[in-house]
Amino acid sequence: MLRGLLPALSLALVLIAIAWLNPRAISYFGFNLMLNLAIPIALATIAQMFVIAGNELDLSIGTFVGFVGCVTATWLRDAPLGGILVLLGAIGVYALLGALIHLRNLPSIVVTLGMSFVWQGLAVLVLPKPGGKAPDWLLAIMSFKPPYVPFPILAALVIAIVVHFGLMRTSYGVILRGSGGNAAALRRAGWSLLKTKIALFALTGLFGVLSGMALIGITTSADANIGNGYTLLSIAGVILGGGEFVGGRVSPIGAVLGALTLALAASPLLTFMHIPPDWQVAANGAILIIVLAARVLISRRER
Amino acid sequence: MLQAIADIVRLNGAEKHFGAVRALNGVDFHVGAGECVGLVGHNGAGKSTLMHMVAGTLRPDGGQIAVRGNAETSYSVARALELGIRCVFQELSLCPNLSVAENTRINHPSLTGLGWRRRAADLIRAKLDEIFPDHGISADDIAGDLSIGRRQMVEVARAFTLTREPLHLVILDEPTSSLDAHTAGQLLSFVRRFVGQGGSCILISHVLGEVLQNADRIVVMRDGKVVAADAASAFDRDRLVAAMGGAEGHRKAPVEARKAEAGALRVRARPARQEDGKELVARAGEIIGLAGLAGHGQTDLLLAIFSAAARARAGIEVTAPVALVAGDRQSDGIFAQWSIAQNIGIRSLARLRNGLLISPRREAELAEFWKQKIGIRTPDMNNNIFSLSGGNQQKALFARALGSDAEIVLMDDPMRGVDIGTKLEVYDLVREEAAKGRTFLWYTTETEELDNCDHVYVFKNGRIVANLRRDELTEEKIIQSSFGDAA
Repeated sequence: MLRGLLPALSLALVLIAIAWLNPRAISYFGFNLMLNLAIPIALATIAQMFVIAGNELDLSIGTFVGFVGCVTATWLRDAPLGGILVLLGAIGVYALLGALIHLRNLPSIVVTLGMSFVWQGLAVLVLPKPGGKAPDWLLAIMSFKPPYVPFPILAALVIAIVVHFGLMRTSYGVILRGSGGNAAALRRAGWSLLKTKIALFALTGLFGVLSGMALIGITTSADANIGNGYTLLSIAGVILGGGEFVGGRVSPIGAVLGALTLALAASPLLTFMHIPPDWQVAANGAILIIVLAARVLISRRER
Repeated sequence: MLQAIADIVRLNGAEKHFGAVRALNGVDFHVGAGECVGLVGHNGAGKSTLMHMVAGTLRPDGGQIAVRGNAETSYSVARALELGIRCVFQELSLCPNLSVAENTRINHPSLTGLGWRRRAADLIRAKLDEIFPDHGISADDIAGDLSIGRRQMVEVARAFTLTREPLHLVILDEPTSSLDAHTAGQLLSFVRRFVGQGGSCILISHVLGEVLQNADRIVVMRDGKVVAADAASAFDRDRLVAAMGGAEGHRKAPVEARKAEAGALRVRARPARQEDGKELVARAGEIIGLAGLAGHGQTDLLLAIFSAAARARAGIEVTAPVALVAGDRQSDGIFAQWSIAQNIGIRSLARLRNGLLISPRREAELAEFWKQKIGIRTPDMNNNIFSLSGGNQQKALFARALGSDAEIVLMDDPMRGVDIGTKLEVYDLVREEAAKGRTFLWYTTETEELDNCDHVYVFKNGRIVANLRRDELTEEKIIQSSFGDAA
């Protein structure tokens, strides 16, 4: 029970620390500013969560987000139809990777590590130097200011609820998670593991595309390296949110909470603590270790 | 011709090879409507392979399969399910990350759309209530959190749930291996009701009594062939064992004159929930049985004793090194990526060390010694542990414990799903090792195994409720204590 609450608890802890260090940050404006980058991180985390649900890992999600960002800031603005086709094609490539990994029984870490260089190279080809501009409609969406609730929080809620319903409540979501829990049992019940693997990878591609677009909607212009940090952030977000690397145990709500925690702990909290930027990455790692250690201790206690 | 139509399934000349191993060598097999067929044989005799073929999970390399008189050319799992043939496999095949209701959904493609969760929950709950009236399982329970016995109950109940697909034949592969006598009885009487209503069943079990009492017809397999098939009434225990081969004359009277003098104290343990003064006491050279219904605290006490050996715990005294033979072999016993030799050597690393490294020579010697001693059937101990059949994997786990320096061996129902030949060999070994001064604490769900014990503690609700000496040990007494009011 405690274990299920851990993602929410760690987020609350970070929020309390921020409120204590700087009470003015807990406001409509403050959240908008602090959670600025939380939406693309949450979407990338959800993307990673789908492959992890099938006992795989995607090491290319960061450069993929960067590639999508470059396409969004150039083609999607200049030639929308071409841009849309390229992004759909990218999702198709993800689906094919899933098929390849299943059919040839390849380790996903190797395949996606290779793909990370492919996406990186393509991103540089599309946008050799930083620049481009997000399409106006995307800018309008990402600068939406709803009353009372800051947009990033609203968006996080919508993402969490939609994915939770899709993966945890629908009947095919059960099959997708079951493929990570006991693939042999699924095959014996007559389900195609090829299809589940393709579906999981295609969903990863879809949410990777959404993440890249959201990111460019916020930053307004792109850079081929813009998403590189997202690979590890997304993996950490899934694990922080109560997911496990094997066994199909994932939680969309936890993953979004994990992403929010990381986004807050990444720079606002550390800046308020007067930790110099040089040390912030290390401090971030330390926070991660503490939370994950707490998780292990709690689940051991509950057993 | 009429005969052929009354068949649910018929295999003619079925063959299957795995590399050089001939798992099935031209087997003829059929099941009629409203018939319970018992299938017996040693581990590795080909029973599971044959059943995989009937269930559609394995393609035969030769021979025909016909369902209800129609030859099936492209037989598959999906086709088998369509034709109403289902299988409960020996290795538990639930998804541990899903709930009981969600696991039910996996077997029913038609459970979709609005309200499927409620329909799936109702379906499995009703079936559990019907088969195991006092099961205590909720449809929302996560399968991985259930005890192995309850997982098996869910799996069996799930196979009998009915939606769009028909249900004609259910294959039960060792369905009672993790169930205690009470729930096993509930299951078998349900099987009889199911067969009485016109359903068919294939019952695979190493508990020969179960097969003799519940099957209409018994098929005996040996070395990938059917060696005997006859009405169940034509068989008795001795004829079955003789047909299976290998174990004849092995079963000598287990009661030998045992030394009466008390050895050194090895274990003194009081279960955490024990309120009166009863405690478990084990001395050197003793075989102590832990009985009672499954999941009533026997495993917990064994694990407590195991951890007490490393770090002092209140209420438990352990005076010698301890080794544990796990019951849930796949999740608690075996290192799946390792060879047989490595799996045996892991408990004895200190002795196998040469400087900082493990000496491959000593590891191989240890493995070879136990291969001979316990009869592990493999051409090479460096093969992966999964190249062994289930019973031989369990032997390797015994070798791990007995090959170590442990003076106390804890056994957590290690014989589930193991064939009778292997069992008898291990019983002999346990008695031999006990005579040399080792202490065995043996939790078992099979009452017959308790005959090997010097005395038996019966558990109920996490407490010891009775302590029976061997001469006062009867099945009635155990059942009486396990169901009686805890004093």
